[in-house]
Amino acid sequence: MLRIQCPWCGVRDEIEFRYRGDASVVRPAADAGIDAFASYVYERGNQCGWQAEWWLHVGGCRQLLTVERHTLTHEIRSIRGTADEPAQPLDAVR
Amino acid sequence: MHPESESQPQTTDAAPSSSGRFSGWRLLVEGLTGQRGWSRAWAKAAPRPRYRVVIVGGGGHGLASAYYLASRYGITDVAVLEQGPIGLGNVGRNTTIIRSNYFRADNIRFYDYSLKLWEGLEQELNFNAMVSQRGTLNLFHTEAQRDLFTRRANLMRLLGVDAQSVSRESVKALVPLVDLDNGRYPVLGGFLQRRGGTVRHDAVAWGYARAAARAGVDIVEHCEVTGIRREGSRVIGVETTRGPIAADTICLAVAGHSSRLAAMAGLRLPIESHVLQAFVTESIKPVLDVVMTYGAGHFYVSQSNKGGLVYGGGIDGYNTYGQRGTLPMAEEVAAAAVTLMPGLARLKVLRQWGGVMDMSMDGSPIISKTAVQGLILNGGWCYGGFKAIPAGGMTTAHLIARGEPHPLAAHFNLERFAAGRTIDERGAGPFPFAH
Repeated sequence: MLRIQCPWCGVRDEIEFRYRGDASVVRPAADAGIDAFASYVYERGNQCGWQAEWWLHVGGCRQLLTVERHTLTHEIRSIRGTADEPAQPLDAVR
Repeated sequence: MHPESESQPQTTDAAPSSSGRFSGWRLLVEGLTGQRGWSRAWAKAAPRPRYRVVIVGGGGHGLASAYYLASRYGITDVAVLEQGPIGLGNVGRNTTIIRSNYFRADNIRFYDYSLKLWEGLEQELNFNAMVSQRGTLNLFHTEAQRDLFTRRANLMRLLGVDAQSVSRESVKALVPLVDLDNGRYPVLGGFLQRRGGTVRHDAVAWGYARAAARAGVDIVEHCEVTGIRREGSRVIGVETTRGPIAADTICLAVAGHSSRLAAMAGLRLPIESHVLQAFVTESIKPVLDVVMTYGAGHFYVSQSNKGGLVYGGGIDGYNTYGQRGTLPMAEEVAAAAVTLMPGLARLKVLRQWGGVMDMSMDGSPIISKTAVQGLILNGGWCYGGFKAIPAGGMTTAHLIARGEPHPLAAHFNLERFAAGRTIDERGAGPFPFAH
């Protein structure tokens, strides 16, 4: 069971959240071409290690969070509330 | 007495009697002589410095590919490199189900070819894999689901594959434990494929490893690949924990870790790694002689030959390389189990485990050449790799030997994503966690 520290709601169980995938993927420019878009839609780094990923707090504040999580140990290193804020270490969240 | 073992090249501890055929007669003789004549099923090979083909991954697909390369395509200069011992990866972690009840014609043909290979596998490999065609029964709980399953059954029958609809009463007769009149999800009927069933998965790994070794393939255990060597745009070999090995063709058959291995060759794949859990209850007397799936939640169950109920559900839902599961999914699956069969509530769960899988972007596998010359990929099996082992092995061997895809697996190419020809049985879109 993951325990995710939502910046708005506090520590909550993973069942309140919906995973929305790799947050490092960036949409290419509109004229970037088919290969760039195929890569954007389909290809993933699929790291064995630290990964930035989207989690939507559907059972709480309904905000989209960027969570930095280790894909082997499931340890969470940082959480940020919106795309505009810099990542914060866990002890600074709340 | 065992001439086959002499044809195995450069093996370290090949016992002279390692390749004896199994038979009823031999069982009787061994039974009367203290079981002292049995020996290793396959030799522990030390890696040679070069091979024509190196297959990375000694799971079901890697071993089957090697076996069919040697037995059907005459290529015996093959090594299978396995990081650990044979049988401890996903080939020993699945829930052992075989079936071909797919929706799309190209998938029905591929998986039914696999089912046909399963039907003759034990004779072919001279190994008892306990192939048990006990039937797979999918339940439906709404009119819409009935229509969908009826359509699927018709599509299968059009291709000559067995499928039938069964009534509520027949469901009850097949599985008396089912609560037909559940207040929320009453069972309206089922969709049955008689030829579906289960196979003992360990025996599949051992049987293919033994047969491949007998055909001249080196099975190299405890040999982890740490790098892929390239010269320009083509592969020339692999770096391993047991030294470099040169090869003309390298095939990755490491589902669960395909992204990691492909990254060694500079490739990014349309794959995410996710964990799928499975569970076994304590052993009970026979109560379930089909494989059954629930239509109102993700849950499937069969009864093992030892009597335990083997069951599982959906993936945990977020990327992971951890071979373990988390509790929310364990709870969800157990809830589905007791909704469908309330009598199971009193059973104790004996064991739980997880397997890391390649979840591809369209939910379908990849058997394909890659952008790197000489590098072949067999992966992206999602949670359906086990049933596909014979066909996956055969079609991968064909691709390696002939340099062009097998007609039954041509649609599993890597180019399909950019070309917009994804094979999305569920219509879930490019979200691995949704398949």
